[in-house]
Amino acid sequence: MSTSGPILDVQHLSMRFGGIVAVNDLSFEAERGQITALIGPNGAGKTTVFNCITGFYKPTTGMLRLIHQNGREFLLERLLDYRVSKVAKVARTFQNIRLFSGMTALENLMVAQHNSLMRASGFSLLGLFGAPTFHTAERQAIERARHWLDRIGLTARADDAAGNLPYGDQRRLEIARAMCAEPVLLCLDEPAAGLNAREGEALSELLLSIRKDHGTSILLIEHDMSVVMEIADRIVVLDYGVKIAEGTSREIRDDPKVIAAYLGTDEKSAIEVMEQDA
Amino acid sequence: MTDTTHPAPKPKRTKNLGAALILKKSLLSAFVALVLFSLMIGIRTEAGPTGQLIYWTRFGDLAIMVVLVFAGSILTELLRQWLAARHPAPILPARAKQSLSTLSRLFVPLLLIFAVLVPVIFYKQRYMLDLGILVLTYVMLGWGLNIVVGLAGLLDLGYVAFYAVGAYSYALLSTTFGLSFWICLPLAGILAAFWGMLLGFPVLRLRGDYLAIVTLAFGEIIRLVLLNWQNVTGGPNGISGIPRPTLFGIPLTPGESGLAAHLGIPFSPTHRLVLLFYIILALALLTNWVAIRLRRLPIGRAWEALREDEIACRSLGINTTTTKLTAFATGAMFAGFAGAFFATRQGFISPESFSFQESALVLAIVVLGGMGSQLGVVLSALALIGGFELFRDFEQFRMLAFGGAMVLLMIWRPRGLIAHREPSLFLATRTRVSSDLVKEGR
Amino acid sequence: MDYFAQQLINGLVLGSIYGLIAIGYTMVYGIVGMINFAHGDIFMIGGFIALISFLVLVSFGITAVPVVLLLVVLVAMATTALYGWTVERIAYRPLRHSFRLAPMLSAIGMSFVLSNFSQVAQGARVKPVPPIITGGYTLLESNGFVVRLSNIQIIVVLTTVVLLGIFSWMVTRTRLGRDMRACEQDQTMAALLGVDVDRTISMTFVIGAALAAVAGMMYLLYYGVVDFYMGFVAGIKAFTAAVLGGIGSLPGAMLGGLAIGLIETLWSAYFSSEYKDVAAFSILIIVLIFMPTGLLGRPEVEKV
Repeated sequence: MSTSGPILDVQHLSMRFGGIVAVNDLSFEAERGQITALIGPNGAGKTTVFNCITGFYKPTTGMLRLIHQNGREFLLERLLDYRVSKVAKVARTFQNIRLFSGMTALENLMVAQHNSLMRASGFSLLGLFGAPTFHTAERQAIERARHWLDRIGLTARADDAAGNLPYGDQRRLEIARAMCAEPVLLCLDEPAAGLNAREGEALSELLLSIRKDHGTSILLIEHDMSVVMEIADRIVVLDYGVKIAEGTSREIRDDPKVIAAYLGTDEKSAIEVMEQDA
Repeated sequence: MTDTTHPAPKPKRTKNLGAALILKKSLLSAFVALVLFSLMIGIRTEAGPTGQLIYWTRFGDLAIMVVLVFAGSILTELLRQWLAARHPAPILPARAKQSLSTLSRLFVPLLLIFAVLVPVIFYKQRYMLDLGILVLTYVMLGWGLNIVVGLAGLLDLGYVAFYAVGAYSYALLSTTFGLSFWICLPLAGILAAFWGMLLGFPVLRLRGDYLAIVTLAFGEIIRLVLLNWQNVTGGPNGISGIPRPTLFGIPLTPGESGLAAHLGIPFSPTHRLVLLFYIILALALLTNWVAIRLRRLPIGRAWEALREDEIACRSLGINTTTTKLTAFATGAMFAGFAGAFFATRQGFISPESFSFQESALVLAIVVLGGMGSQLGVVLSALALIGGFELFRDFEQFRMLAFGGAMVLLMIWRPRGLIAHREPSLFLATRTRVSSDLVKEGR
Repeated sequence: MDYFAQQLINGLVLGSIYGLIAIGYTMVYGIVGMINFAHGDIFMIGGFIALISFLVLVSFGITAVPVVLLLVVLVAMATTALYGWTVERIAYRPLRHSFRLAPMLSAIGMSFVLSNFSQVAQGARVKPVPPIITGGYTLLESNGFVVRLSNIQIIVVLTTVVLLGIFSWMVTRTRLGRDMRACEQDQTMAALLGVDVDRTISMTFVIGAALAAVAGMMYLLYYGVVDFYMGFVAGIKAFTAAVLGGIGSLPGAMLGGLAIGLIETLWSAYFSSEYKDVAAFSILIIVLIFMPTGLLGRPEVEKV
């Protein structure tokens, strides 16, 4: 019964597409109740890692171990995509927002609670005939949705089509939708993309409050360094599918390998630049 | 209803072509028509009396067609310009829109009352009763296919296969085992649903267009098997002598055991039509009720979410395979019910009634109505089937007109008559989602 | 064995016809991502045009076989190409950016229009022609069974080979071919680089229609009949061929066509001719379930 210890243990993950090696022997751990950030230049393989973790790609090799609070473990690479969310309780958002744009914000949040509602509706049979258990479950689901709408400040627009919401609201709605699935691990793919400074701060607040209030562990891909530096407890840096650094935000900020990767130069030049700066 | 989500129409900008340009375009169209029709219309071939091919010319007809195309081209251009010029101003002032929406809320109940009273109103006109039964059959098929195509976004071009399964199931069960319509009806639905799952399981993961053509192929296979498996299905002759429905076991016959005798009223063949009408009305309303309720349940919401974004669904823990199968099987089941009804109404079925044209017709009804809209299906069924029947005398041109209508309607209103979606639940205000935002499935 | 050899020949000839139609399907699907439901009926129109041109030319006293054939091919290709162009302009171009079902329904509508147009224009009865090209070669004779390669069969295969050659050259070497391939990859980018996307797409339909016209004429010569319904069935089979070969791949379309022709002929010869269409349609389902990218197609990876 481990309550400490990592929630996600990635070991020797590799993903090959034909001749291209997108991720090469990646190993890292994400601690429970912490925010772990995955950063790196474009094309480093970060979204590929996400897709492996969330069941959309089958890794070529490697092991993805998810450990729940009660000690139950899941091997994510063996689970079907929808089971990663349903059983292992890993939820995600997408780089290009994937909301149900023709459905309202409220409906989006209700879809996320599909599995519990399906059970309560007796796989539709009880629900078809108006059984009270289903009504209760539905009311609870609506309450949970309302709670999240309040959290992200969209209660007034609950009945608007998701596709009509402004960009920043859509991003937040996608996060709220993922949270409605009650995950233990929340994977966010560039949640701050396209947000201005103020929205980025609001996002950071939201993520910190999620960590505090729900104890949800967060794994995050991000390019916006202000968000990463502010909220990440631990950072893993990828470049060309390989982990080049790992540590706290302070350690990463000063790591010449990381700077070199982002600048596109080699390590030696990065160190020169840093020494000049200092 | 607050229409908060429908964007205001943007003014269309089209080039206002001068008269000379319109003339040039129309001349070009006329020339193209001339080339296209020169051989097909200008020359008429036929197998001659001694078996060889002969022909005669129809240059008069050709000339007429070319002139029609020329004139039509000019008219279309002028119409287009006129419409574009009018577009910026809303067609209806706000107050009119308000009263229109009150009317629309009354429309559905009024329509329902009218439908129930049709046999009373048209008791003397068998033709209208028959037409009513036909329209209701297609409405039911449309509502059933709506679950598959409109809600779940699965392109099914072979819906007629399940219709056929239902019809032949009832026909065979009743003629071989003597089972009554009421017993066979649920059986037909179950069998059709079973076939739906059987077909659906391997193919539902295919992408939109491929799913469409696979279901089309399956529909054709069913028809060909029905046509050729003479021992069981009677081949091209079909199955005849299919028993008519009884009311609580009492047949609708002229004799003493008939319903008329029981009720003490003089017998009339119209009685059977009235019974059939109410049966199909009940079946259709059942389909509608189930569809509406399922839409409000998590399964229905999952269907719509599936249509919007399948990958997002998977990321939320929804088993998309079983979700698709449920939609497919449910739609198939209602087609099965409708098929059984069709068999009992006709008394005779043959593979001819289950061609691709039927699938296309039902799909046209669903798409034209506005995907996912129950009322839309009714309206478009009335328009298409009613229109079809009106042109009964022009047998040859009917299908031609139907095809042309499909093309024109898609160009004019690709989203269908009811171009908005009503969310299945609301927190505070009832809104509508414009169909522009609604995805149509993969 | 000889029976088999004969069926082999027959199957390859039928397959060539299917292949020519399949190329139209695969090209259109590659460039605009839609299944042109009306393409089979374009093939049928091509057959009818060929029939009518034959009649007219013969009645004008032009009876020299090579001359007639050449003229008919040209007329059929040109007229049917115009049909293809018109269909695209009227029914597909306005819907190019609409949602998916709209062009599909429009295509189905167009298919009904074309098949019923020919029914209305030319009557519903089947139109037979006497064999125009006769004669052939006996390949081998044994046990009283003769394996024959008829002249018409040779012509069909030759024409197909020649057309394929011209066509492959066109796709790989000419500007138009390059534009087509660019539009297949990325329409927006191609437009930004100066490719006339509308014209390229139109030309795709035109070429597909022209090839289907040749197929129609070959069908007429080979089977001696045309009817207004032949487009529907041949269309599905040709699309099956395109899928079998790998949608988007031109050699694949031809390969698929030959395969379908062989399967249909052999099935009809050894099992039952009534269910030969069922066999072909079942192939479609089986291929799409187990091998959706076909023999020569490229697997598509969906971006998450």
